[in-house]
Amino acid sequence: MGARPYGLALFYLQKAAMTTLKTTPLNAAHRAMGAKMVDFGGWDMPVNYGSQIDEHHQVRNDVGMFDVCHMRVVDAKGDGVRAFLRYLLANNADKITIPGKALYSAMLRPEGVVIDDLIIYFMTEQWFRIVVNAGTADKDIAWMKEQAATHAPKLTITSRDDLAMVAIQGPNARAKVWEVLPQTKAATENLVNFQAADCGEYFVARTGYTGEDGFEVMLPKEKVEAFWYALSKVGVKPIGLGARDTLRLEAGMNLYGQDMDETVGPLESGLAWTVDLKSERDFIGKAALLANPPTKKLAGLVLLDRGVLRGHQKVKTAHGDGEITSGSFSPTLEKSIALARIPNAVQLGDTVQVEIRDKLLNAKVVKYPFARNGKGLI
Amino acid sequence: MSNPSNLKYTASHEWVKTEADGSITIGITQHAQELLGDMVFVEAPAAGRKLKAKEECAVVESVKAAADVYAPVSGEVIAANGNLDSAPETINSDPYGAWIFKMKPDSAADVAALLDATAYQAVVDSEAH
Repeated sequence: MGARPYGLALFYLQKAAMTTLKTTPLNAAHRAMGAKMVDFGGWDMPVNYGSQIDEHHQVRNDVGMFDVCHMRVVDAKGDGVRAFLRYLLANNADKITIPGKALYSAMLRPEGVVIDDLIIYFMTEQWFRIVVNAGTADKDIAWMKEQAATHAPKLTITSRDDLAMVAIQGPNARAKVWEVLPQTKAATENLVNFQAADCGEYFVARTGYTGEDGFEVMLPKEKVEAFWYALSKVGVKPIGLGARDTLRLEAGMNLYGQDMDETVGPLESGLAWTVDLKSERDFIGKAALLANPPTKKLAGLVLLDRGVLRGHQKVKTAHGDGEITSGSFSPTLEKSIALARIPNAVQLGDTVQVEIRDKLLNAKVVKYPFARNGKGLI
Repeated sequence: MSNPSNLKYTASHEWVKTEADGSITIGITQHAQELLGDMVFVEAPAAGRKLKAKEECAVVESVKAAADVYAPVSGEVIAANGNLDSAPETINSDPYGAWIFKMKPDSAADVAALLDATAYQAVVDSEAH
């Protein structure tokens, strides 16, 4: 048996080499809970604690928790922070005016390619909180600081390395968080989707990466292990990165580094809904996006034949070739699904061929998300 | 789970069982299924196909990864386990029962030369470091 280099597969199959990897404050807890640890982009992270498919269903049907301490919290503070973000990001920071409201956005280079995707939370006109991906955090912060130096020199941009983050996801997630943190209930029970509350030590956001209801909780690093065990004690199961990937893929959420990166723009990455080109507002990358209309788009695929779709497989269509960006087996649909970058002219409902090893297998182009809120949508 | 002592093994994590008629039955080991995780797809070689030792001849795919299965010795495929089409997860629950394909080996001596359970365990242990 030999591993094939599909997408993240190599990360998964490499045993974590303890000496060189970064660890989160929950590392010992993962090991105590029987996690299989892997090298995930330089971090020693749990890929699963048993069956990845069971963990997936656990989140869709009940509740599970994820260690997302590797992601980075950044605080942007000072006068003019909103105006700065309005220029920095492809989505329009003016869309969030209610305190705590969150906005998903791409951050672009002037060439119109994606540096990262991130979430910003509007707290006050002096403070926006930003959450960025782990692997891109250092370059993101460098870019933000470089832009701020020119456009908003009085702003402070602080990497909150003192904070940890846990995502609790699933239909019963909020109730479990309130069981463990009753002091946050009053401030968080009326949060709408994509809204956060600053509850002192605990910053509680109704956001996630699974397509289920739930919270992402940011808290001091030294408190996260006790929080994790307290959640476990009330029945919240730990969930590894394996299920995190199938949950987000079913939910139709992009993964940076697979579905988009610095070689492509947001319009060919399924992110047109997050790019505001209509308003007068200028932002970094806008001119390049207007000058170069996309010829490809991100679409959903469902495999009709037997097999498993994986990243980088070639997609043949009547209008030219495309490529799968993320593919896996969907535990909810019990079929293989994928996101693929294909020519614009391909329509929903069309059948395309995916090259898997030496065969061409049929797949149908579908509208995604594939599953959310416990149910398949295909 | 320990590796059954009545089987032979390859360093690429296949197990090989010699049947009474001299044919061999092939699957992947406990260690291999544990590395791959939840199995969702198996593609076995067709009966009649001639294989050379170490040739890629089957594919097992879990939710998170795909892996090639190699022919342990040279010979001809005589059967594939069709039950795995609808129940690939039996490789996880019963790795030494869920065979993938059967072969008629060109030479019984090739089979005898494969790793025994102790030698295979040494391979697994060395990969853990």
